[in-house]
Amino acid sequence: MSPAAATTSRHAHTGDRAFAVGLTLLGGSVLFVVGVIVLVCARLSAPAFAKLGFFHFLAGTDWNPVEDSFGALPFVYGTLVTSAVAIVLAMPVAIGLALFLTEMSPARVRHVVSFFVEILAAIPSVVFGLWGLLVLVPILRDVVEPALGRWFGFVPLFSGAPLGIGFLPAGIVLAIMILPTIASVTIEVLRTMPAALREGALALGATRWEAIRAVVLPYARRGILGAVILGLGRALGETMAVTMLIGNQPEIHGSLFAAGYSLPAVIANEFAEASGAIHTGALAGLALVLFGVTLMLSAAARLLVRLSARRAVTT
Amino acid sequence: MKRLAWMAATLMFCAGVARADALLINGAGATFPFPLYSKWFSEYNKLHPNERFNYQSIGSGGGVKQITEKTVDFGASDAPMTDAELARAPGVVHIPTVLGSVAVVYNGAPAGLKLTPEVLADIFHGTITHWNDPKLQAIPGQPKLPDIAITVVHRSDGSGTTAVFTDYLAKVSPAWKTSVGVGKAVKWPGGLGGKGNEGVTGSVKSTPGSIGYVELAYARQNALTMAALENADGKFVLPSIESTSAAAAGVPIPADFRVSITNAKGKDAYPISAFTYILVHKAQPDAAKGKAIGRFLWWAIHDGQKLAGPLDYAPLPKPVVTKVEAALRTITVGGKSVIASN
Repeated sequence: MSPAAATTSRHAHTGDRAFAVGLTLLGGSVLFVVGVIVLVCARLSAPAFAKLGFFHFLAGTDWNPVEDSFGALPFVYGTLVTSAVAIVLAMPVAIGLALFLTEMSPARVRHVVSFFVEILAAIPSVVFGLWGLLVLVPILRDVVEPALGRWFGFVPLFSGAPLGIGFLPAGIVLAIMILPTIASVTIEVLRTMPAALREGALALGATRWEAIRAVVLPYARRGILGAVILGLGRALGETMAVTMLIGNQPEIHGSLFAAGYSLPAVIANEFAEASGAIHTGALAGLALVLFGVTLMLSAAARLLVRLSARRAVTT
Repeated sequence: MKRLAWMAATLMFCAGVARADALLINGAGATFPFPLYSKWFSEYNKLHPNERFNYQSIGSGGGVKQITEKTVDFGASDAPMTDAELARAPGVVHIPTVLGSVAVVYNGAPAGLKLTPEVLADIFHGTITHWNDPKLQAIPGQPKLPDIAITVVHRSDGSGTTAVFTDYLAKVSPAWKTSVGVGKAVKWPGGLGGKGNEGVTGSVKSTPGSIGYVELAYARQNALTMAALENADGKFVLPSIESTSAAAAGVPIPADFRVSITNAKGKDAYPISAFTYILVHKAQPDAAKGKAIGRFLWWAIHDGQKLAGPLDYAPLPKPVVTKVEAALRTITVGGKSVIASN
């Protein structure tokens, strides 16, 4: 090795090392920020947990700022129900949209539709909330909910007075909001698929539907689940649109027509004017609970991906 | 070298001008009077170009917190400070600036609705569920009410409006006092929660059969139908600037102005009214700022009152203004009253 080459390589080593340290710091900063958030929430919520008891707080259903009695359950319930409605409605549409755009539509159509999907993602949530309140709620109240009640009223999910405001409109608007997230990530996943796989299936005589079902979807399963997790994350944390539509009533009802409350909504509503350390602490406690719910759901989704991947290999 | 000296000179000149030019006074607190206060600050700035007021409408709770910690020069709150809060912030005085009231608004029943205190409490309690309930229909002079369900709409965010409204309900209904109580956020027996005045307005406008409460200014600007309430003298009164000011005249005002004027006496008084306050420290640490605040408040309770009406705030009645003048004289810089020294 010539001396000149040795210097440059040593030089490159120092550069590499600095680069590695820099990236580690950047990566670590995410953990640091998350750690600080958890720490601050834990410190703020300490007085509330001390007074109410952690498990009593988690399982409690009463939320009464006047008497300093706080329970998280109705908010956890509302967050889960609205997110579930959103996923159930958005997932088939988003995946269908992505399949149509990547597998079937001509390029021109794809560009136009992709553009509108991106526009949908850029609309501020308060606009979604207003649209929900002024357009969706009257339609639900006067048309959709009475019809659902007439035909499916025996199912507890569709029982009760049609108010228009409640879990259902919040879930529907959330579905529209997370649709572009799921669709655009799914499109990217499908685009990365080697064309040879699809062509091979077609060459073997598979119809388009068979190729999608037997080759495209199994190949993209992990990526699509990842897209759904991203969408779910947005649904769990959405504040403004949900608080405008859910009715803000901390109650647990089996019916989608009833009013409820969600974790981010109550924090946004009450934090600014919270009276006293217990009330503020209970709200910080809800932030921790929201953190925990998000963490558990994404862990569960990861587990699901791993299990489904193993099954895909064995079959 | 010469250029450097020039630059230094220019910088020093600029700094000197900036300091002489703007005396910046910081305040924070209630959102309710924010439109009026911004109008006041901009008008006052035209008269005194050297004094700039910066106001952050972060909510009454934040206003009390910040004046207690002395991070602002003045605070603002819709609700008077409690004894416990005042103990943590000794020497803070309440200066009432204007009055506001809470209108009961509804949708789906004919105009001209009349409500007695008991009926209003029953509706928000959820014990009266239909508009044509006999108790509601039996009020003398009531228009014919339809057979539709009542949907109660309340504020979901912590707010001074809710505090005033629940304070009134607790005064007129012992059942409300024991089961719900008074606060900026309470446990509502039922109904829907709307975020902010605009959220309640939206829900009331879009839900037939609904009833809710919003600030008077908001109800007027959005042309919502308002109910007349029976006051302590047995008269049915619509919320208005005059009936709100009348409420302040019907209650003995203590020297520290910390008083609830809901359910006030007087035949013209609207029963759900309240003062909104600016909070300042009696002993001002900074001479220039202290004098400027004193001068501004003096202007606000005199000339400033004329700007209140057009923005749907109720001006202070004359006897109250006289009392506030006395309170302003107790604000001092280095032991000397800021008002007398002007």
